[in-house]
Amino acid sequence: MTPVVEVKDLRRTYRTSTGILRRRSIEIEAVRGVSFEIAEGELFGLLGPNGAGKTTTIKMLITLLIPTSGSAHVLGLDVVKDAYEVRKRIGYVFGGDRGLYERLSAYDNLRYFAELYGVPPRDQRRRIEQLLELVGLRGREKERVEGYSRGMRQRLHIARGLLHDPPVVFLDEPTIGVDPVGARELRATIASLTEAGKTVLLTTHYMFEADSLCDRIAVITKGRIVAEGTPQDLKAIVADKTVVEIETFGIAPETIERLRQAPGVASVSVEEREQAQVLHVHSAKGLELTQELLAMLNGTTVGRVAAREPTLEDAYVALVETA
Amino acid sequence: MRSLRVLGVGWLMHFKLLSRSSFNSVLGIVYPLFFATVAFFLFREGSPHALLYASLGASVMGIWSATSTAAGGALQHQRREKTLELMVAAPVHFSLVMLPITLAMSTIGLYSMAATLAWGRLVFGISLHIAHPALFCLAVAVTVVAIGMCGFLLAVAFVRYRSAWALGNLLEYPVWLICGFLVPLSLFPGWVRPISWVLAPTWGMRAIREAASGGGSLLADIGMCAGLGALYTAIGVLIVGRLLRSAREAATLSLT
Repeated sequence: MTPVVEVKDLRRTYRTSTGILRRRSIEIEAVRGVSFEIAEGELFGLLGPNGAGKTTTIKMLITLLIPTSGSAHVLGLDVVKDAYEVRKRIGYVFGGDRGLYERLSAYDNLRYFAELYGVPPRDQRRRIEQLLELVGLRGREKERVEGYSRGMRQRLHIARGLLHDPPVVFLDEPTIGVDPVGARELRATIASLTEAGKTVLLTTHYMFEADSLCDRIAVITKGRIVAEGTPQDLKAIVADKTVVEIETFGIAPETIERLRQAPGVASVSVEEREQAQVLHVHSAKGLELTQELLAMLNGTTVGRVAAREPTLEDAYVALVETA
Repeated sequence: MRSLRVLGVGWLMHFKLLSRSSFNSVLGIVYPLFFATVAFFLFREGSPHALLYASLGASVMGIWSATSTAAGGALQHQRREKTLELMVAAPVHFSLVMLPITLAMSTIGLYSMAATLAWGRLVFGISLHIAHPALFCLAVAVTVVAIGMCGFLLAVAFVRYRSAWALGNLLEYPVWLICGFLVPLSLFPGWVRPISWVLAPTWGMRAIREAASGGGSLLADIGMCAGLGALYTAIGVLIVGRLLRSAREAATLSLT
């Protein structure tokens, strides 16, 4: 079966200049030869840290950026040569506060974009009402967007992206900055898209989101895809590992480096949690390192210590760090 | 038919959007009044005809300012708010998206026109006697549309080049001068006149004054104004595709 989205060796370089008197041109390779395919009805996740190339990849697929090289097809249409036809068949939703007209009501925002995205006039009212119902904004549609919470704006974004009932939807970090309850509702809405037969490309850096929503995931870092598969496939990368979580306060960078070099330690990642630094120490399964690690932390304030099974997040961190 | 709907709905939404910004609305009305006041003081010693000349000129200055400076600022705002990307990603010719925005801006300029004329009447006692009221309204309408079309041509450049919004500010005062809003074109050196002739506001200004005073080649001036507006639109429509492709190559549609 022909994939709905087909990306082959896609590259994108940005050129920028610095300096006032002596202008210097700098080239930044944001995407360096990305390839993947998405089948019909699939929810595909593009997972990566900030600056990994997720948004640049999406912007090439939705025709807002022209690739430096490589090719990308959506529903068999070339995103450069057939940009107009591609636009008719895709929806684009991004996260954050922007992308809406603040001084217009939600209804007027949807009405305007319905016109731009070619929704037939006789269907507009019904379609807008359907979508307001879907995203839970029914009854609030006459209010100006400037009074909306971040979660409400994000739901309005989703409604806007679905106005013309596109078969393919691109979601660029749609839950970023949304409170936990709002994010859960948004995830339920996203899950319902594939139930409605849509093909979805979702970018996120929330592991649990990718794990719970995506059929397949590609991990992208520094502009390259470093792993691709189902969430289970990616977890299998670290299945032979065990993780010790150690909560520390004010740990010195050289101590972390010493832990990394310790015998039996595969990798160490650090997560900042308010005043604490939580160390995630990966080692081979069955290897009991807790006492040795605590001995090496002598002089550092240590809080909670726990051993656990590896998660998708551990797989992700391992992939990103070794890339 | 779809094109007309896109234009109509686009104009309505952007007119709503612009008129709901209280800061811009106050600025759009108060700012031209300062220039109008200076003009009234300068022309006060002249005949009542000279004051009317200044009053009408100052009122059209507001329409031009609302378009030239606001077009750049509004486009930069849309770029910052990422709505520009959504407009470009829409499956519709970009001219149909951009033209109603600049037309809404020039329509907003009517507020400053009304405020300037009212200011002249209330503070300086300038009576507005219109010889041909219907033609005066037609001349104003055509001038507003032509200035909106001129703004469209500028906006196309603003979309491609991130810093081009400053061009709108740069063009504000020169156009006031060389379109004869306050100073008769006959006072300028000969080489300035051909530049004035290719600017639609020159003909719109002439038509508005002639409709008020009741003389001259009124319909021909309205025709020239409308024709030049149509020419700007045609040029914009022709080049917008190329400039958008260039913007997609250079990644200038967003600020990040």
